[in-house]
Amino acid sequence: MAMNEPKQLSVQELIAQKSNRGLLAFTEKLIPKILLLIATVSVLTTIGIVFTLIFETITFFTEVNVLSFLTGTEWYPFANSTPTYGILPLIVGTLKITAIATFVAVPIGIATAIYLSEYASDRVRRIVKPVLEVLAGVPTIVYGFFALTFVTPILRSVFPEISIFNAISPGIVVGIMVIPMIASLSEDAMTSVPNAMRDGAYALGATKFEVAVKIVLPAALSGIVASIVLAISRAIGETMIVAVAAGSTPGFDWDVTGSIQTMTAYIVQVTTGDAGYGTTIYYSIYAVGFTLFLFTLFMNMLAQFISKRFREEY
Amino acid sequence: MRYINHEEVASKTKKRLTKNTIFKGVFAAATTFGLIVLTILLYRIITQGSGYISLDFFTSFASRIPENSGIKAAIAGSIYLMLVVAPVSMFLGVGTAIYLEEYATKNRFNTFIKINISNLAGVPSVVFGLLGLTIFARFFDLGISILAAGLTMSLLILPIIIVASQEAIRAVPNELREASFAMGATKWQTILRVVLPASIPGILTGSILALSRAIGETAPLVVLGIPTILMFMPDGLLSTFTALPMQIFDWTKRPQVEFHDVAAGGIIVLMALLLFMNSIAVFIRNKYQNRY
Amino acid sequence: MTTTIKPASDVLEKKEPAVKSNKASVYKTNQLNLWYGSNHALKNIDLDIKENEVTAIIGPSGCGKSTFIKTLNRMIETIPSVKTSGEIIYRDRNIFSKKYQVEELRTKVGMVFQKPNPFPKSIYENIAYGPRIHGIKNKKTLDEIVEKSLRGAAIWDEVKDRLNENAYGLSGGQQQRICIARCLAIEPDVILMDEPTSALDPISTLKVEELVQNLKKEYSIIIVTHNMQQAARISDKTAFFLNGEVVEYDETNKIFSNPTDDRTEDYISGRFG
Repeated sequence: MAMNEPKQLSVQELIAQKSNRGLLAFTEKLIPKILLLIATVSVLTTIGIVFTLIFETITFFTEVNVLSFLTGTEWYPFANSTPTYGILPLIVGTLKITAIATFVAVPIGIATAIYLSEYASDRVRRIVKPVLEVLAGVPTIVYGFFALTFVTPILRSVFPEISIFNAISPGIVVGIMVIPMIASLSEDAMTSVPNAMRDGAYALGATKFEVAVKIVLPAALSGIVASIVLAISRAIGETMIVAVAAGSTPGFDWDVTGSIQTMTAYIVQVTTGDAGYGTTIYYSIYAVGFTLFLFTLFMNMLAQFISKRFREEY
Repeated sequence: MRYINHEEVASKTKKRLTKNTIFKGVFAAATTFGLIVLTILLYRIITQGSGYISLDFFTSFASRIPENSGIKAAIAGSIYLMLVVAPVSMFLGVGTAIYLEEYATKNRFNTFIKINISNLAGVPSVVFGLLGLTIFARFFDLGISILAAGLTMSLLILPIIIVASQEAIRAVPNELREASFAMGATKWQTILRVVLPASIPGILTGSILALSRAIGETAPLVVLGIPTILMFMPDGLLSTFTALPMQIFDWTKRPQVEFHDVAAGGIIVLMALLLFMNSIAVFIRNKYQNRY
Repeated sequence: MTTTIKPASDVLEKKEPAVKSNKASVYKTNQLNLWYGSNHALKNIDLDIKENEVTAIIGPSGCGKSTFIKTLNRMIETIPSVKTSGEIIYRDRNIFSKKYQVEELRTKVGMVFQKPNPFPKSIYENIAYGPRIHGIKNKKTLDEIVEKSLRGAAIWDEVKDRLNENAYGLSGGQQQRICIARCLAIEPDVILMDEPTSALDPISTLKVEELVQNLKKEYSIIIVTHNMQQAARISDKTAFFLNGEVVEYDETNKIFSNPTDDRTEDYISGRFG
């Protein structure tokens, strides 16, 4: 091992020649500052969103009374003589879609999660999970197209009283869109329930179904509930499906067969139309956007709170 | 006396097992539901739109006549958009992830950054559109340009890239960092030459998935007011443009049923693009997983 | 595998029978103390470590031996709550001095870890990593360094035909010798080894031990080991650590044949630890 070769410069000498400790030290000091600056962009984005929404909403409220916005049951911004801005119809429209979507997605999503976590073989899991991933990756405009050109016609052939634009069809399709979310987050929660718990029940003679429903489900409950809340938040904020298939008729009722309008669809309606910059209608999309933002923010924080506060310690 | 009557237990067991079998069937059916929906969706779209897929479809601009409609400008716009989104979002996302994983100490500001990122991930895309409209299009006066839309989309997918990169960086074993430090490497040398190379497959997988989300995203483009009938190719970052999902949205909205078929044609192209990007991501993930 | 290793004591007796050696010191610690938060992990350590010797650090788990060796190249500072006092003099300079950059210190003092930790790169890139980060870019020089280091770590013949393969394809023992080669590539003055064979099988362990014996001709080696036979086989001096203190530090053959302190004797004879 000894250095038999003719004595050249040793590596240590080479290192001493090449290294530039001053420059290195300078880089070391500079890099964290640059990275911090980059990390701040995400914070600035949030600040940008909040301030944008607040400022333009305030402008909107100089023209429209806050109370009539919050409690009004008529949303006719395009009326020529006396436009009215009562947001409740848009909120009701959003809730219709969300309720139908939840009704579809929760049972199917949780059943899928139970099957994957408790029953399925590795082989089945390896096939189903990528399919769910693909389903989650389908662009919402494609789902919208699917709702309008496939689901709606089928519904109308069974129930002729349903109109072309309605709440049921986009509601179902939004539900389909969030199934993968509920299924995969709930499955994560269930698989993290330790096997010792299952074994304890099996040793007492429990069936798989009993273990799944009486042991695993309760133990993973906080994760499952959090996944549902997140899915609801996604449904509230979903835009393209409702913009394509739900119509643009805000109404303050519980009818789901006729045309409705959600908060998101209203924003799309205005921005695809030609309401000029600076008009009341232009500012109204920020007031609606702000309301939407508060709804989803509340749901997201609720989901975080549930999964933190009620996290099971195994 | 005995509390447990074994005969009774045995007689009930059969019922319980039947219940188990029934529910297994129910759960399995629910699981196949997603599979069935996906199959129907793909089948519908392919039968509806495949008639429009031809060379002309790729080389023609949008038109009032369904048969003459094409996606030339939309494809070009989507590619241009990715040319902005990919570098911007990856630079910001990976930079943030490195900061959070390698440099950030546990103080209030850094905790705030982390909470902020998870909340940002839940903000609806249409709200990002409002942000882009106000800040990029109007305040910075970028107008309805590729740059304005690209920056908006970059911020939209930023949380996804940050989280994916954080996971990839966290998966690099600490022993590797120690080995590098022990040879006299500085922290930044270690990150650049050991941590990043080791985590790049994970970062790429996450980023490609995030980009495929961006390429199909429509709502922010609608809010920005991207035009749909465009008879020219974009010629720079400040040029106005249209994009594939935007074009699909426009065709879907039209009352003529023929245009729905054109939309289906556009969807086939979009889905093929997504499938291609996803397969690259899956390929990278499978090739490089379990290396340590 | 037939080579038997001469007990280090034989070597010593031939060369330098006297206890007081006149070799130069590489490390001297003066009243070294270290705390993890409020936990006092090293207490008033005074050690004088000589060059071109193998110094073994032994002691039961939690005695501070690993902490001590990681303090010698300041790797311990990756743990945020660590506080130190006292001095570690490496070649006449206090390594805790503000002016002493850790990178410079670690270029002089190499380290081999408990678990083999090659980078997920090719064998060649693993070895070339150190020279490269220190600015050596010449391909020919790098080739020479890689070959010399791999020969130095007695693994050249096993890997010379697959230098471009990923180091993770090697066995655990080979990986550890790659890590030793990686450490040799910057031609350090001192090599710190933190239980380098604890994750290896007996045959690989033997190879690494042989290697250590060869390396001491050119390097000063400080090795932490859990295995007392290993310390007896390969080291010239041994320090026995207990509860963060040095109980005894002397010639290895003295420690193992005629320890001064009862606690050393108890540990050596397997009464605890």
